[in-house]
Amino acid sequence: MRRLIALLCLLAAPVFAVQPDEMLDDPALEARAREISSGLRCLVCRNESIDDSNAALAHDLRVLVRDRLLAGDSDAEVVAFIVDRYGEYVLLNPRMEGSTLALWLAGPLMLLLGGGFAFAYLRRRAGATPDRAETLSEAEEARLHDILDG
Amino acid sequence: MITELGHFALILALCVACVQAVVPLIGAERRWPGWMALAAPAASAQFLLVAGSFAALTWAFVTSDFSLRLVTLNSHSAKPMLYKITGVWGNHEGSMLLWVLIVTLFGACVAWFGGNLPPGLRARVLAVQGWIGAAFLGFLIFTSNPFLRLAAPPFDGQDLNPLLQDPGLAFHPPFLYLGYVGLSMTYSFAVAALIEGRVDAAWGRWVRPYTLAAWMFLTVGIALGSWWAYYELGWGGFWFWDPVENASFMPWLISAALLHSAVVVEKRESLKSWTMLLAIVAFGFSMIGAFITRSGVLTSVHAFANDPERGVFLLGITAFFMMAGLMLFAARAGAMQARGVFSLTSRESMLVVNNLLLGVACFIVFIGTIWPLIAEMFFDRKLSVGAPFFNMAFTPFMVLIGIVLPVGAMLPWKRGSIGRALRTLTPALALAAAVGLVAWAMQTGRSALGPVGLMLGTWLITGAALDILSRAGQAKDRLRRLRRLPRADWGKAFAHGGLGVTMAGIAAVMAWQVEDIRVANLGDSFEVAGYTVRLDDVREVEGPNYISTTGDFTLAKGGSVIARMHPEKRFYPVARMPTTEAAINSTPLRDVYVVIGDEQEGGGWAVRTYVKPLAGWIWGGALLMALGGLLSLSDRRYRVAAGARRAAPAAVAAE
Repeated sequence: MRRLIALLCLLAAPVFAVQPDEMLDDPALEARAREISSGLRCLVCRNESIDDSNAALAHDLRVLVRDRLLAGDSDAEVVAFIVDRYGEYVLLNPRMEGSTLALWLAGPLMLLLGGGFAFAYLRRRAGATPDRAETLSEAEEARLHDILDG
Repeated sequence: MITELGHFALILALCVACVQAVVPLIGAERRWPGWMALAAPAASAQFLLVAGSFAALTWAFVTSDFSLRLVTLNSHSAKPMLYKITGVWGNHEGSMLLWVLIVTLFGACVAWFGGNLPPGLRARVLAVQGWIGAAFLGFLIFTSNPFLRLAAPPFDGQDLNPLLQDPGLAFHPPFLYLGYVGLSMTYSFAVAALIEGRVDAAWGRWVRPYTLAAWMFLTVGIALGSWWAYYELGWGGFWFWDPVENASFMPWLISAALLHSAVVVEKRESLKSWTMLLAIVAFGFSMIGAFITRSGVLTSVHAFANDPERGVFLLGITAFFMMAGLMLFAARAGAMQARGVFSLTSRESMLVVNNLLLGVACFIVFIGTIWPLIAEMFFDRKLSVGAPFFNMAFTPFMVLIGIVLPVGAMLPWKRGSIGRALRTLTPALALAAAVGLVAWAMQTGRSALGPVGLMLGTWLITGAALDILSRAGQAKDRLRRLRRLPRADWGKAFAHGGLGVTMAGIAAVMAWQVEDIRVANLGDSFEVAGYTVRLDDVREVEGPNYISTTGDFTLAKGGSVIARMHPEKRFYPVARMPTTEAAINSTPLRDVYVVIGDEQEGGGWAVRTYVKPLAGWIWGGALLMALGGLLSLSDRRYRVAAGARRAAPAAVAAE
């Protein structure tokens, strides 16, 4: 079932995501604000970015992001500012550092590992000698054909 | 009275399931025909009992019997009839009953249409299915009983969550469950084959229809859910990488891999043990999906019932079936001999590559989904893994799959030449490059995602078309031969082409969507990506069980009116919840998407407008994929197999 909890956020005041009055006049700055806020998690909702969320807290965070941008912060500084106050839980994209490195490397490592196994298997198959499958008697072949193709 | 009958039928079904789980298994071991023969009628009986129980619950919802706790919590007398019925599975208990109904339905299918299976295998498959049925029936009856009564029935119910009162979402769960539970059949077949210790080409053929069906239903279910999110949530997002979405996506990826590896078992008698493993793990992912949705361990927007007791029970079921399956696999897999010999460049090898990529893609989704748990338990870090991670880590695998797919699909079995396949595919390659270049030239300074996606899409679609054309040969009667190609070939072309359509749609929407957020007064018009949108009026409209604020918009381009659009903001008084109903004007090349928001303090209304290029392709492609599955499912060789009943004992002898 989808989005049940998301609605809890809505109960108080039905509004939706980014509001016209929040937006900055400078399109370049606003685009940066949207980029940043789509990577930040709404803390009272579940798994929604503040850019998508309807909650009041998300609204406050969106305004905060824009305030910091207006104050002249770089994108990284804005994110750092928010992480300092709300913890790394707020980041939808976990940083590539420490134990999280394992998360980022898990996929590529798995590909290498699986690829190695697959290649070894394929090499073995390519080098194998044809065995029983190719040496069925004619009667057996016919019967097999019967079963498989009716 | 009917409710009590339903309750009783459910308990009886549990008893039947226990018998079905034990007796045929012993019968197959000891070669006692009578004990084995019990399996089929037991499966039919179990299905009929659960169906009766489901009908009883549906009856309670239809007649608004508020003495039933579940009906009170999830229904209301003013609700439209369609949603009274779909409300049956719009909650934890009812959806679990639907789940069990489908488990028993698949079991009954083996009983009814599995006459060509060797009796031993059939008895064992049904016995394993009996175990699964018993486990979930037990879960239902002991932790989530839908038939509990209320001592003092209220005057009216609390209404179904308004978000679920929608046709797209009404039929999303049944399809998804048909898919999830369809994978229980592949599990049963794999475990039964492992107990027998024999896997041959015939096994590949028997298990394939169930895999195909499960994959097809999953495709439809996921597409419905994503389409619903698109039009209902108010900003046109179609995929959120939410834990519960991932929970349905992982079985889809694994069943797609299984589908392809089962072909190798069927045609070439190789990859047997790998296919067994996939068949077991696929159902594992289905059960993990159920666990994630219903236990509340992972914070998700979808969460159903956050009840630790249910979570533990489900985890127990998952652990039991996975451990049993994998231990059996470890003990028996070594005995399975691969027979086919093939070179490094062959269809077989490419299918191994397909399995590798799909498997690793699934692994990434899995680890991303559970990483917050791992990080908290082992590293004491509370962190989130969201869409940006998945987009970055997952997309490369889809791109790789897109690149190799047409070549792999073209290669012949045993030994082929990539050069020759590429020669046949030259037109596709040229067209894809041209489309990519044009897309690149037309956009300025944006990400490479759009052009790459369109290029891949074109490559896949034309590749699929060339593949099926090349199968018809060069002769004059090409058309006639094309018509007479096996349905499975057509299914393959549709499914692969559909994947291309979906990829192109996703890339285009993500790269080129135009968004406009503003305050509009009555009579205002504004431009969005070349379209003129005018707000004509805003009205209050009363629906059957909601109040709606409806906007009247006119959409025009170059002075001529294209459409009138009526986005709504609804409020459901009983549940005290608002929903947004976007207005969407769709053409094959783009969607215009209008949402109306709140009235502003200084006058006017908040309005969001999007132009989403190729948006419809996302779900159109999914439908094509499902259609491909359906075509493949209707292939002659599965129907003929039913006629091979007499030859079935010979299958044992031929070994």
